Amino acid sequence: MLVFILRRVVQAVVVMLSVAFIAFMLFQYVGDPVTNLLGQDATDEQRTALRKDLGLDQPFPAQFARFVVNAAQGEFGISLRQGRKVSALIVERFPATLELALVAGFIALGLGIPLGVYAALRRGKASAQVLMAGTLFGVSLPNFVIGIVLIWVFAVELKWLPSFGRGEVVAFGSWTTGLLTRDGLLHLILPAFTLSAFQLTLIMRLVRAEMLEVLRADYIRFARARGLTDRSVYFGHALKNTLVPVITITGLQLGSLIAFAIITEQVFQWPGMGFLFIQAVQFADIPVMAAYLCLISLIFVVINLGVDLLYFAVDPRLRVEGKSH
Amino acid sequence: MAADATSSPAAPTSALRRFFAGDVWHSFRSSPVAMLAAAITAVCLVCALFAEVVAPHNPFDLATLELMDSLKPPAWIEGGESKYLLGTDGQGRDILSALMYGTRISLLVGIASVILSILIGVSLGLLAGFVGGRMDALIMRICDVMLSFPSILVALMISGIGRSLYPHAPDMLAFVVLVLAISLTGWVQYARTVRGSTLVERNKEYVQAARVIGVGSLRIMRRHVLPNVLGPVLVLATIQIASAIITEATLSFLGVGVPPTSPSLGTLIRNGNDTLFSGEWWITAWPSLTLVLITLSVNLLGDWLRDALNPRLR
Amino acid sequence: MTAPLLEVSHLRVEFPTRHGTLLALDDISFSIAPGEILGVVGESGAGKSLTGAAIIGLLDPPGRIAAGEIRLAGRRIDNLPYEQMRRIRGKEIGAVFQDPLTSLNPLYTVGRQLVETITTHLDLTASQARARAVELLASTGIPAPEARVDHFPHQFSGGMRQRVVIALALAANPKLIVADEPTTALDVSIQAQIIALLKKVCKEQGAAVMLVTHDMGVIAETCDRVAVMYAGRIAEIGPVAAVIHRPAHPYTAGLMGSIPAMDEDRERLLQIDGAMPRLTAIPPGCAFNPRCPHVVERCHSERPELALVGATSAACWRPVTLEGAR
Repeated sequence: MLVFILRRVVQAVVVMLSVAFIAFMLFQYVGDPVTNLLGQDATDEQRTALRKDLGLDQPFPAQFARFVVNAAQGEFGISLRQGRKVSALIVERFPATLELALVAGFIALGLGIPLGVYAALRRGKASAQVLMAGTLFGVSLPNFVIGIVLIWVFAVELKWLPSFGRGEVVAFGSWTTGLLTRDGLLHLILPAFTLSAFQLTLIMRLVRAEMLEVLRADYIRFARARGLTDRSVYFGHALKNTLVPVITITGLQLGSLIAFAIITEQVFQWPGMGFLFIQAVQFADIPVMAAYLCLISLIFVVINLGVDLLYFAVDPRLRVEGKSH
Repeated sequence: MAADATSSPAAPTSALRRFFAGDVWHSFRSSPVAMLAAAITAVCLVCALFAEVVAPHNPFDLATLELMDSLKPPAWIEGGESKYLLGTDGQGRDILSALMYGTRISLLVGIASVILSILIGVSLGLLAGFVGGRMDALIMRICDVMLSFPSILVALMISGIGRSLYPHAPDMLAFVVLVLAISLTGWVQYARTVRGSTLVERNKEYVQAARVIGVGSLRIMRRHVLPNVLGPVLVLATIQIASAIITEATLSFLGVGVPPTSPSLGTLIRNGNDTLFSGEWWITAWPSLTLVLITLSVNLLGDWLRDALNPRLR
Repeated sequence: MTAPLLEVSHLRVEFPTRHGTLLALDDISFSIAPGEILGVVGESGAGKSLTGAAIIGLLDPPGRIAAGEIRLAGRRIDNLPYEQMRRIRGKEIGAVFQDPLTSLNPLYTVGRQLVETITTHLDLTASQARARAVELLASTGIPAPEARVDHFPHQFSGGMRQRVVIALALAANPKLIVADEPTTALDVSIQAQIIALLKKVCKEQGAAVMLVTHDMGVIAETCDRVAVMYAGRIAEIGPVAAVIHRPAHPYTAGLMGSIPAMDEDRERLLQIDGAMPRLTAIPPGCAFNPRCPHVVERCHSERPELALVGATSAACWRPVTLEGAR
């Protein structure tokens, strides 16, 4: 098992280095690296000094190594558009995105799993078929359309919920949270539901499909033949076996949520990393793009690794090298 | 697909006739949902292809725009005119016409991206399966990594890089970058499917025999592997067209998709978003509805096609 | 004679499909006495497993019991609502299925699955249930049961797993065990062990067994009586020795004749011409008539009922022993 972990860690490092390479290429060759680091208002003197400092005459591998070291410390230079340090911008925006993604994830899981189980157990009944038809909608509706519709219904017509921004936030050091104020919570509702919609339908479909598959298994039949109650059969045996593959997929969804937050943040003017990234793409703000790329890759790689380890914890077949006799 | 069993062996049955007598067509005829979806898709395709003829106005001809007619609601609401059936936007452009032209752009980009995806994916899949070894391992690694990143991110990155490299690019280049960006998000599925089939075929004896007598690998791949993967690739393609259309709409909505001179449905939605709060809901509503209708229809068609081509479910 | 434990009368099982209604079991009647081991033998598709499934009430939909009765200790069980039938399953009728690997939930320990079954049917505390679980493992021949009770199914070999399955079937002391091909998925060397085990524990608990299999050797070793099934009907039923050595039905005679004997010199194996008809194409009259060497006019029009011929009951108009033909 240790070998497995080691191998995965090595893979993760390789992926991170490749991503860093792409980011490095962005920095060096798209636009001017000196401008990327100093911002557009730097003086000529500062530029020459930095050029020497950076050793732009140095061989390629040395420059790359330097970039990696900087990146590992979170140093990505200065945003071309906003004139501030990229690392500061990201730290400022990260809590907003993370909160949004986490809440959306909880909604997707909290609603998706029960609904999926329901659709599987009540298969063929009208209510289940309506649910599954609904998921087809969920997969066909783009994220931003859902957001716009929700805004129109709840903010414009009904005027129940606010339609943009984060509302009141409470700060803990450099971390800000909207979860502790009523205003913050109200602002969180529409964006979180919008973001969760796609994942919700995915999870529902997945859980339903897995559960139907599991219910066909021999051990379920044997459990019934032993006279176990429906509750034991469905929520003991079937559900546990269903959730094992679901866990891995949903773990990966968290990374996906953070990425899709880009769209939701735009629709709701949510001050998170995604919003920052879109502005960077619109204005060719290389340092921010590179930083976002590296950060997101790190998040994905860590989540992937975590999910693999989780699999180990949950499925006993992987843990013990079965000794049979 | 089964040929018509009652036709005499001497009578030539054309491929078209065999298709209509076969299981797939029968399954299509017996599914009202599939037929409805196909009908909607067909209507959209016609409107898109023949927008110049079908649309009541040309929203891009500045000479025909009347600012006096701006922000008119749909014809059945008080204040609307039957001349502008679905209303007008802030510059007097007819929404219905803009919809048709916008659908054309959306469908064009979507289909082009999928075709490019297929080309890239199928080629890489064949390469991986046939050459094997390190090449195969490398391609599979790339597939794994690409799969773990959400498509929107990849598309955004490529779009962003394109913009940075060519900040004042002509429209054509912007389109090319967009199509490339979307197609690079979808090729992995094709590559994997084709690689799987290639591996299966490669190990069969007739392929080994063909290689011994000197038949080129390319020919083998073309004649034996490709026909086998056509079915799954077709199903994948229909599902991916919907997702490509959504990706394009999202990128355009975010302002980094199609150039503003050729608005797609996503751009139209973005434009209408600003006036949502002042009550002019129709500017956003109609493009949104059309977008949803198209993707829903294509998804339904894809679902039906997958079930129809799946021998296990019959 | 003591009252039968299980009584199946004129059982019909149907499968309504798009192409029409398939009759999978056509007027099956037999009984099992308490403590008796009845073998049910026949080719694939003859309806053996379906009979077992109908008895324990786990017919896969759309299959359903269309007619007939199933009585357990005099009480009708074929028409019970699900919840009442559930209480009978495990407690009064136990089941053993073919594949021990897929019969056990891979995510639960063996002990947990045992305890669960025990506490569902018997009123025992958790520790009592666990003690019983260890006891059951011991009685099915699993070494070091106190340790192994906390192991997962994948940590057992195939034969050991089937022992666990048997332990699970016997957990709540049922009076009848329905065993559906319990040894087919096992190595030949293990098969004998498992069959011997089944026989032993059932005798110990006084449980009757309905042993479904296609292996005549297993039948000969284990059973008191045997029923031969063909195309959803019972062709012959009787004491094991009689059916094997003096079969009355031509089909049974063909089956017995096709088994190669150790002490015989043969160039070719004997076989019965033709194949068992599919459910959609069962011929009128006696289902065996296309392949029967003794067929007469009557066989094509009238379906024979089970009738006593010598020591066995056979459904045939010209049973073998009557004619003396062999």
